[in-house]
Amino acid sequence: MDFDLMWTVYPFFLKAAWVTIQLSVLTTLLGLICGSLGAAARLSRHAVFRGMGAAYVSVIRGTPALIQLFILYFGGPQIGIQLDAFEAGVIGLGVNIGAYMTETIRGAIVAIDKGQIEAARTLGMSKFQSLRKIVLPQAARLMIRPLGVNINAQIKGTALVAAISVVELTYTAQRYIGSTYKPFEMFLLSGILYMVIIYVVGQGIAWLDRKARIA
Amino acid sequence: MTEKPFVDIRHAQKSYGTLEVLKDINLQVFKGEIVAIIGPSGSGKSTLLRAINDLDPLTGGEIWLEDMQVNMDLPHRQYEKHINEVRQQIGMVFQHFNLFPHLTVRENVTLAPKMLKGLSAEEADKLAQEQLANVGMLDRIDYYPSRLSGGQKQRVAIARALAMQPKVMLFDEATSALDPELVEEVNLVMKRLAEEHMTMIIVTHEMSFAESVCDRVLFMDGGVVVEEGPPEVLFHNPKNERTQNFLRKHLSDNNG
Amino acid sequence: MGLDFTVIPKYLDVVLLGCVWTIAITVVAAILSFFGGIIFAVIALYAPWIVRLPFRAFAWLFMGTPLLLQLFLIYFGLVQVGIDLPAFVAGVIGLGLHFAVYNSELIQTAILAVDKGQMEAARTMGLSRGQALRKVVVPQAVRDVIPPIGNNMIALLKDSALVSVIGVSELTLTAQLAIGRTYRPFEFYVLVAVFYYIINLGMEAVLRRIERRVQAAR
Repeated sequence: MDFDLMWTVYPFFLKAAWVTIQLSVLTTLLGLICGSLGAAARLSRHAVFRGMGAAYVSVIRGTPALIQLFILYFGGPQIGIQLDAFEAGVIGLGVNIGAYMTETIRGAIVAIDKGQIEAARTLGMSKFQSLRKIVLPQAARLMIRPLGVNINAQIKGTALVAAISVVELTYTAQRYIGSTYKPFEMFLLSGILYMVIIYVVGQGIAWLDRKARIA
Repeated sequence: MTEKPFVDIRHAQKSYGTLEVLKDINLQVFKGEIVAIIGPSGSGKSTLLRAINDLDPLTGGEIWLEDMQVNMDLPHRQYEKHINEVRQQIGMVFQHFNLFPHLTVRENVTLAPKMLKGLSAEEADKLAQEQLANVGMLDRIDYYPSRLSGGQKQRVAIARALAMQPKVMLFDEATSALDPELVEEVNLVMKRLAEEHMTMIIVTHEMSFAESVCDRVLFMDGGVVVEEGPPEVLFHNPKNERTQNFLRKHLSDNNG
Repeated sequence: MGLDFTVIPKYLDVVLLGCVWTIAITVVAAILSFFGGIIFAVIALYAPWIVRLPFRAFAWLFMGTPLLLQLFLIYFGLVQVGIDLPAFVAGVIGLGLHFAVYNSELIQTAILAVDKGQMEAARTMGLSRGQALRKVVVPQAVRDVIPPIGNNMIALLKDSALVSVIGVSELTLTAQLAIGRTYRPFEFYVLVAVFYYIINLGMEAVLRRIERRVQAAR
């Protein structure tokens, strides 16, 4: 195990880790937005929206994220979309994780006991009011841990942008494996950084979950 | 009585596909009356109750509350507005309480008055304390529902419904999910309400309670009203054989 | 540049060949990950601590890092140690190993969830711990765990696209070859997406049938 080499190159990996963090944050945010829209669509009164939501989930979850990324980045210019690799990564992966989050969010909303909604409606609250005051506050609590699972997967999923040459952790590992011929060391360096990021985020989710339960 | 009925159910009919759950039910409830509906499971009694505030809409017939038709056929937006207003005047208490677990007792009771009647926080709070005191739950006003027993939850649920000052109260098997020791405290609250001349429609399994509280009893079976009358008559001298069978079976199960 | 789907028919047979490879890779890796998962689960639960601890560390490392990174490790790493494997083999091993670790977590939970009484009954009849595990506990756990493992296999199908990055001629790489000739990435990547979607549907149908048969055997 060549520790000297690891000591020499680790600053580059730290820089790359920062890119991975940025990707993780941005794709998670975009994913939450898409997920919320998707869940709203799937729960809508109108069959058109429900169909669109279901199609979104089915197509995105039924095809590889890598292909979705390639369609956006390489194929985009053909339909007038010009994005740089980072942008394509954020949008492509964000929309991708959004499909999974749609199901997570929808699942939490649907899990709220129907009797509560009946009680709220019986008091005279509108559908929207009961959603806002009764369903969503409780669903939000329920969805924190499963969303944490989505986010955990997403952090690792950002590695895909290495395939379109975004200089994040996995790309950097590959590059240095190529020049140093030390795959184990490079794997270890990037692996540890990934796990640190995942651990910190995991703690954050757990904290959020605890806070939500106390209230 | 030439008085107009308070709640008027006309030719109520409800089908789920080919299954007819309510077959041409007609019922008039007058102001201050307390009506009990009894019957075996599947008789349609809960369905009928839940049709009164359009929770389970009828497939045929009309529900009238004073001069307003509850189940009016309106385009979606207008219907929503209409039904929400109507429901403010009808209070409902559920078998499984349906308190909002993420809100305290206080918040459970003040939510609707603040949101729908525009009461200020102080006004709503005063109202809540009054209602909770009436049901004997004032000391738990800042508790969360998870810390309450079944009987306590149901009493809070009653206070929550009453806080909207409804014209009529519907009870859907309010004590069926309670442990026997806890039933009495809820019955007491309902008795007091009755003494204060609230119009009440009560679906229940509790024959003795129904007898002691109500002015009129309906026996439903298979989606129709089989027999109707004052409790002294229906419980002790039922005219219809099905009523007799039901009461005999029920009393032997329940031990009177 | 616009779109022109007429370029596709000429390369359809090549892409279909890539399809076949993708299915082959997925199936072999899936089988590996299934049995690997069982073995890993048993090790993680019942091996002596001196084996269990490093194993757990390895599992933890594999679950906390991206698959693509692991593929790089295996492909380039094995060369380092002197084993020069074709990309195809490295890809299958990488996929199989990755999902074996995830499956082993599921199986461990399932094994622990199998009623304690089952183990007790088996031991009372005179079976050794190993025999009880093999004949009574693990079979039941495996039956319980088929649905979530099925989901992992669907994920495996989609992740198989990653082996194109280390040069395996499956569906994705084949598309890239066609793109290299025609300069029409949108058309071919969409075509490839459709193929993945269809294979996915096929896999889901097969898995549902397997689930039903497993349920019927209860």
